[in-house]
Amino acid sequence: MEMATAHPSSAARRDDQALARVFSAYTICSVAWLLFATFIGIVLAYKFGAPDFGSGAWLTFGRLRPIHTNATFYGWASIALVGLAYYIAVRSCRTTLYSTRLAWVGLWLFNLAAIAGTIALDLGYSAGDLEYREWPWPIRLIFLAALGVTAWNLVATVARRTTDDIYLSNWYTMGGVLWTCIIAIVAILPWYQYGLGQVSVSGFYMHNAVGMWFTPLALGMFYYALPKLLNRPIYSYALGVFAFWTNLVFYPIIGAHHFLFSPLPWWLQTTAIVFSVAMLVPVLGGSANFLLTMRGRFGELRHSYPLAFILVGVIGYLVGSTQGTVEAFRSLQAVWHLTNFTVGHSHLTMYGFVTFAIWGGVYALLPAATDKYPGQIGLALHFWPALVGSFIYVISLSIGGTIQGLDWVRELPFIQSVVDMQPFYVWRGVGGSLMFLSHFAFAWNVWRMTFGHSARPMALVAAAEEAA
Amino acid sequence: MNKLLLIAGGSTLVYGGIAILMGVLPGITLSQTPAGPGVKPLTAIEAEGRAVYVANGCSYCHTQQVRPLSQDKVFGRPSAPGDFAYQTPELLGSERTGPDLTNVGARQPSPVWQYIHLYNPRAVVPASIMPSFSWMFDVVDKAPAGVTPVPLPKAYAPAHGVVVPKREAQALLAYLLSLKQAPLPTAQAAAAPSGQPMAATGKPAHAPAVAAAPAGSAYDAAKGEQLFSANCSACHQATGEGVPEAFPPLKGNAAVNDADPTQHIRTVLYGLENVVVGGVKYESPMPEFGSMLSDDDIANIIDYERSSWGNHGKPVTAQQVAAERAKGK
Repeated sequence: MEMATAHPSSAARRDDQALARVFSAYTICSVAWLLFATFIGIVLAYKFGAPDFGSGAWLTFGRLRPIHTNATFYGWASIALVGLAYYIAVRSCRTTLYSTRLAWVGLWLFNLAAIAGTIALDLGYSAGDLEYREWPWPIRLIFLAALGVTAWNLVATVARRTTDDIYLSNWYTMGGVLWTCIIAIVAILPWYQYGLGQVSVSGFYMHNAVGMWFTPLALGMFYYALPKLLNRPIYSYALGVFAFWTNLVFYPIIGAHHFLFSPLPWWLQTTAIVFSVAMLVPVLGGSANFLLTMRGRFGELRHSYPLAFILVGVIGYLVGSTQGTVEAFRSLQAVWHLTNFTVGHSHLTMYGFVTFAIWGGVYALLPAATDKYPGQIGLALHFWPALVGSFIYVISLSIGGTIQGLDWVRELPFIQSVVDMQPFYVWRGVGGSLMFLSHFAFAWNVWRMTFGHSARPMALVAAAEEAA
Repeated sequence: MNKLLLIAGGSTLVYGGIAILMGVLPGITLSQTPAGPGVKPLTAIEAEGRAVYVANGCSYCHTQQVRPLSQDKVFGRPSAPGDFAYQTPELLGSERTGPDLTNVGARQPSPVWQYIHLYNPRAVVPASIMPSFSWMFDVVDKAPAGVTPVPLPKAYAPAHGVVVPKREAQALLAYLLSLKQAPLPTAQAAAAPSGQPMAATGKPAHAPAVAAAPAGSAYDAAKGEQLFSANCSACHQATGEGVPEAFPPLKGNAAVNDADPTQHIRTVLYGLENVVVGGVKYESPMPEFGSMLSDDDIANIIDYERSSWGNHGKPVTAQQVAAERAKGK
């Protein structure tokens, strides 16, 4: 937006429009995937109470379940975060996109991979229960190509920056895309993935695909959107750099904590636990940095939904990651592992952190790109059901999962744990329905920020720096 | 440019190094884990069944890893590294919405039960929330020669015709029945697999040491009901009425009400096949429970059966069970 006013030349305006179109298209595609993935989630939740509902090969639980997770990961969150990363790279480097065409190619590839993966899984073509890499390998190659194109475009955009420094956001976004290329390659190559070897690769992959992809892209967005919304610099740039390197070194080591008490070597499991605790360093450092950037300005939450979304995202990051550390302890894992507590945890992180972060970023930055705004009612209809729904979802599964785990510890007949989960499955469905409904408000808001009728332009943060 | 190289290139280099250390190298080493003693590759039809298991995502609800924790001992001995030599793609799973299946072939070896359960789990386990896999079965007017139709309870059977398994169901059954843990050599069973300490609980998690069972504890009705529910009710049902033509009733069962408990005890200890109860022949085999349960537990189960559903058999003691066990099969 500033660029447009600073350089009102027609070439600059054309670049701005091209960037706005790319950003809008990524966001719109991601919305479609969010609606699809959460619709599947609702069907799955319903099946826990009505197992004979939708019985047939194509609607069976075991096929829809990976469709839900993969569509969420690679359709919704990946596409939305890459759109944000492009916009942030261009603006923070005061430059133009290296290649608009590559951005479009990447978008097509992401969508192609997600569509092909969904169809393949529904037809029963699955690589196995290898979480988040169930798509058959040719489809994962398409996803890898999308990542490659994105990495190239993003790094080349930063390379042509007109600023001297590389703003911290780009460290996280470039890093995220480059590291994920490595993760994707490690996951595809078959030579070291037999039997127990594959188990260790699964542990590595399932954690890194989350923590070295969604986490850095979402954190990179925080580092850009928060100062933008508040019109003040990040509290500590050095702390952000410190969190970057510690996250890089600690995170990739903790994957085996998904297989505690498994036949994986005990040292691998113990190392994972130790570094799960070490993860508190970047998590607390990062969260503190965001919260301190907001210090003294929490009153503005009353006026600014984008800020509220981001605050929920930051707290989701803090609470979800800390919970992850605690869960990694053997004594607690003995109760919680394999229960629905884990499902609650993954929704606290992928929804309470990543998804809320994306929403905050889109509401903070998409209007700046398109000069179109969502209405206050639309924002409220999105924020509150999503927040309340995710609370119900996570709390019910956390309580239910604990009861489930204790049933096992007490060595009751297994079916007792199934019976005891029933009320919590119902509450999960209630929370999930609220979350799902809120996504329609999000879709409406995105429509207004792109093609639809804009609401009255609003200051992103009311009375931004009047006091300052 | 130097800054970009440091940040993007440097971090990617670091990450690549860690990925090799934590992903690739453990993968290479562990991929060479040799098969444990008695661990065999799958036959062609078992492998086909495993593919059906993978395609339909069974492992999203069923794990195949027994942890060295006392709560896992119902699922078998703790999994050892050598158990996974022929398990690609790995199916350890991350959720136990349903029970672990590592040893289901030993725990539930009856093809009839497996078919009924796959067709509609609620036909044998009323509280189950597992999906029905009825699409793996055909409904035909008359079963072809040599094929036994699945004896479904009336409430779950189609209105007309009989249910026979398709190839998919047959393969899946073969795979499920192949899921049996190879016994560990005793020295190894006493220590934990791969040198792991025996878990936080401190209790040994392998099959209960039979000899160490406390002898002579009195009948505990609550324990008996719990053990019956965990081990017996899948076939004989909580009502004790069994499933017509599939699993014999215990209610009013002659052996259960017999003053001489020998046959009752031996049936639970060693299993049974092709038995005639009340003039009906039941082909599906009953598994042996002697290796899984202590004398005390078996006495509790037998006493529960002998005192429930209007039965009034003479109670037995753990010593009587021990005596039959000592005689051997």
